[in-house]
Amino acid sequence: MPRTESELAQAVAAADKVAVAAALNLIEDRRNETRPRVDALLRALRGQRLEGFGHRVGLTGPPGVGKSTLTAALAREYRSRGLSVGVLAVDPSSLRSGGALLGDRARMAFDPQDEGLFVRSLATAGDTGGLAYAANAGVEVLATAYDRVLVETTGVGQTETDVEHVVDTVCLVIQPGSGDVLQFIKAGIMEIPDVIVVNKGDHGRLAQRAASDLQSALDRLRVAGLGGDQEQWQLPVLVTSARDRQGIDVLADTLQAHLASRTASGRSARRRHGAVAWTTSLFVRRYGEHALDTLGGRDAVLALAGQLIEQGATPIGAAAGLGDRYFAVVRAS
Amino acid sequence: MSSKPVSHKSAEQPAALGGAKSDKSAAQPAALGGAKSDKSTEQPAALGGAKSDKSAAQPAAPGGSNKRRERPWIMRTYAGHSTATKSNELYRTNLQKGQTGLSVAFDLPTQTGYDPDHLLSRGEVGKVGVPVSHIGDMRALFSGLPLDQMNTSMTINATAPWLLALYIAVAEEQGVDKKLLQGTTQNDLVKEYLSRGTYIFPPAASLKLTADIIAYTVNEVPKWNPTNVCSYHLQEAGATPVQELAYALSTGIAVLDAVKNGGQIPASELPKVVGRISFFVNAGIRFVEEMCKMRAFTQLWDRITKERYGVEDETLRRFRYGVQVNSLGLTEPQPENNILRIVLEMLGVTLSKDARARALQLPAWNEALGLPRPWDQQWSLRAQQILAFESDLLEYEDLFEGSRVIEAQVQKMVDAAYREIQDIETRGGVIEAVESGYLKQRLVESNAARIRAIETAQQIVVGVNKFTETAECPLTKDLDNAIMTVDPKVEQAAITALKQWRAGRDDAAVKAALAKLRVAVEKGDNIMPPSIEAAKVGVTTGEWAAALRDVIGEYRAPTGVSGARLDQAGAATGGKDSVETLRTRIAGLTKELGRRPKMLVGKPGLDGHSNGAEQIALKARDVGFEVVYEGIRVTPEQIVASAIEEGVHVIGISILSGSHLSLVPQIVEQLRAKGLSHVPVVVGGIIPEADARVLEAKGVARVYTPKDFALNTIMSDLVELVAKASRPHAAH
Repeated sequence: MPRTESELAQAVAAADKVAVAAALNLIEDRRNETRPRVDALLRALRGQRLEGFGHRVGLTGPPGVGKSTLTAALAREYRSRGLSVGVLAVDPSSLRSGGALLGDRARMAFDPQDEGLFVRSLATAGDTGGLAYAANAGVEVLATAYDRVLVETTGVGQTETDVEHVVDTVCLVIQPGSGDVLQFIKAGIMEIPDVIVVNKGDHGRLAQRAASDLQSALDRLRVAGLGGDQEQWQLPVLVTSARDRQGIDVLADTLQAHLASRTASGRSARRRHGAVAWTTSLFVRRYGEHALDTLGGRDAVLALAGQLIEQGATPIGAAAGLGDRYFAVVRAS
Repeated sequence: MSSKPVSHKSAEQPAALGGAKSDKSAAQPAALGGAKSDKSTEQPAALGGAKSDKSAAQPAAPGGSNKRRERPWIMRTYAGHSTATKSNELYRTNLQKGQTGLSVAFDLPTQTGYDPDHLLSRGEVGKVGVPVSHIGDMRALFSGLPLDQMNTSMTINATAPWLLALYIAVAEEQGVDKKLLQGTTQNDLVKEYLSRGTYIFPPAASLKLTADIIAYTVNEVPKWNPTNVCSYHLQEAGATPVQELAYALSTGIAVLDAVKNGGQIPASELPKVVGRISFFVNAGIRFVEEMCKMRAFTQLWDRITKERYGVEDETLRRFRYGVQVNSLGLTEPQPENNILRIVLEMLGVTLSKDARARALQLPAWNEALGLPRPWDQQWSLRAQQILAFESDLLEYEDLFEGSRVIEAQVQKMVDAAYREIQDIETRGGVIEAVESGYLKQRLVESNAARIRAIETAQQIVVGVNKFTETAECPLTKDLDNAIMTVDPKVEQAAITALKQWRAGRDDAAVKAALAKLRVAVEKGDNIMPPSIEAAKVGVTTGEWAAALRDVIGEYRAPTGVSGARLDQAGAATGGKDSVETLRTRIAGLTKELGRRPKMLVGKPGLDGHSNGAEQIALKARDVGFEVVYEGIRVTPEQIVASAIEEGVHVIGISILSGSHLSLVPQIVEQLRAKGLSHVPVVVGGIIPEADARVLEAKGVARVYTPKDFALNTIMSDLVELVAKASRPHAAH
């Protein structure tokens, strides 16, 4: 077992599963005394990675649409293309007991000898935002070890869109007959995803109709000037059947095309933006709204976070830095 | 094994990781032991054996009464073990003793379509039934048994087309016309997804295979019962009587719809198909309610077949069913009480003439301890014979006709079940409700409620949570000899024999037959004719299933645990700690570890009885663990890989098939090899005490058996184990 964080990072980069797991155990550790080690690990990982390397894909959507099966199918597709895959499956924790059932593994048949596939479940651990405390850092760990990172998370709506902060491409998964998704988008409650997948295509005509309804509604939104950066990327609506393994190759191609539509600097900018947003939400979760106000409100904190990230801090380190400032201000007053 | 029989305090069945008692027709080691059958046991057609039971009334009743007696139900024993030859000996003995029907128990590799040399077959060969890998095994199984005179019931589901094909091929070798074959293939996949776990393919594909057998047999093997829709396993999974009624009947609807819409059978023949559908039902200790349930079944099926399928002939609308009484309620403490439970359960399905079972199998009193011996099974058979032949039950018409109390209760159940059937209909039918996880989730919740009621003694189980004081039981004094064991050498012998079989066949013919089979599957043709051809040229069970797996793909069913509601009775006190105390302890442990304690729950091997594992997973979540539940049918390698990737603090293993001595040590050794020896492993299941000592010696931290019904006590142990394991190590 590697002793130092830098040795651990090297072993992670070599996709040693025991090391990858150890790194994930460490970043999930929330004790104050562990934080410097977490920060050191994340910095060391950065040194092991090429800027812009890998593709991080988020699969999100309401419960019961077949995300787990789709994630498994996509992972299999990547493996058949010779790409290694790390999966982060996020499940909600019970607010009452803190416990969680991480059920996704049960739906994935996988080969335990396959060194190129790694699956880790994370519980949200009572955090709002639909993403676990460790998700951002977890993605960094997996992205150092594997060619593709898939983040699977439940949710539709504003409070649950944090996944966009940790991935390059957000793929919204819905099932036929769920009109509410479009309502969310129209009402501006939900950020526009990069790809929409109507899963359960085995429902036949129903799925096709759902897809074409959605497509034409999106076209109208686009004409009205709503809906993201269509200059570079026309939001595609795909139909898949994870169960029957239909449409998965097209999905993989589309995800690749989305990545390719971004320049390297655009990609980096999005990751930086995500890191800043993540830093801010870590800060607020830990210290509360009062801390946000004390440092001059959300915009001011975002700017401060931006500076720290630019200086090379990790979100966990930057959030701690913001915390220090908050305490300094409180002490001074 | 300790000479002390069983703990006084504890317990009921379900709890432990291994939890709930396996159902007889599956994991429970099929009976070595054909119970002796009295020659006066008339055994007409087998379960569902067609034929009206308007039976041949028997001669005058004993004891001077002049009344005519009804012919009794069929009494049978579920049997098969070790090898085809050994099982054949068993069948012959049973037949010599007057048994006229056979009930074949297959081992789990055969049920799930693997040859004995497959990785997943390790430890499972010959355990809960007989291994049948090819026509040679089927030949040996029925050697000297003329198939035109047999009535053979096969507990077989995902591989039902294949086992039936082998049976037909052997019949042809014997010169028997397949039109004369009588028997039953269980062939109900819905309950496999929900409870029993020996499914292979996705639901729609499974339904197509079920429909294939029906379409083929209805004309080619007209005396065969092609499917036996099971509510039995639903009750074992925790179903309430209303759920049992609704889910089983909805399954019957799905099967008939598939046949009706499949285009293989002309509409005019549909009534004939309806008449071939039979059911397999459970009977629990609340025997009055169970009797009402059977009357409700009869009414509902009559209504459904008339209204939905337009069947005019009343005899074709009859609800034909066989029964295995409840194993779930059998206890490990004071096990002698179980024979009394079994008798009362039997009354529920025999008392009412209008809703009487046509065939009855009883479990043995000591099933919660291990495999029953021939004598144990004989005792259960005697209970049936005394009721049928000594008592006056069969001299009367229906005892409950016109009873206000019974009719009101039946009506209540009919109404509730009908509403539930309609609800399933609005969810897109039973198949959709399986795929969405809805049905499984409802069952997991019902089972959790049941276990909680026992834990808190709201539901009384004598000798378990009340009246636990007992004298020493002489029956279990020598516990090691109070159960049966299977020779561990059976597996290696089966592998050697299989290699010889493969070496001795015409490879070109095998390849051609498999290619033809694939084409049939791809084109959606009826699976039976190419399967029979494949059987004749020596294709193996594993090869047949692999061809189908390749084309159709495999399915992992929803576990039902992730959506199940949280235990609201947070303060429930059962066992050592209350849920609230456990939550506090886990919160403290979380601070100490830096992250929440995480548990992996795994079921290695082929046993699909997941109820126990599900309840442990659910309870662990309720008290505050993060739980990774892998579902059924995983290898030791997969469990170890998951333990590493997930970074868990403790591993819980559930095994009910008797393969614990083979599989658990593999897991412990591989963990050690990967540097995870500090992660404690606990095991639950039907594990004889001597075996428990062996497992502990190999490094297992705790072994739980059915007597450990207090889940909170198990949880308390887990918290302690995790805390202890983490202390000598610095934070990871």
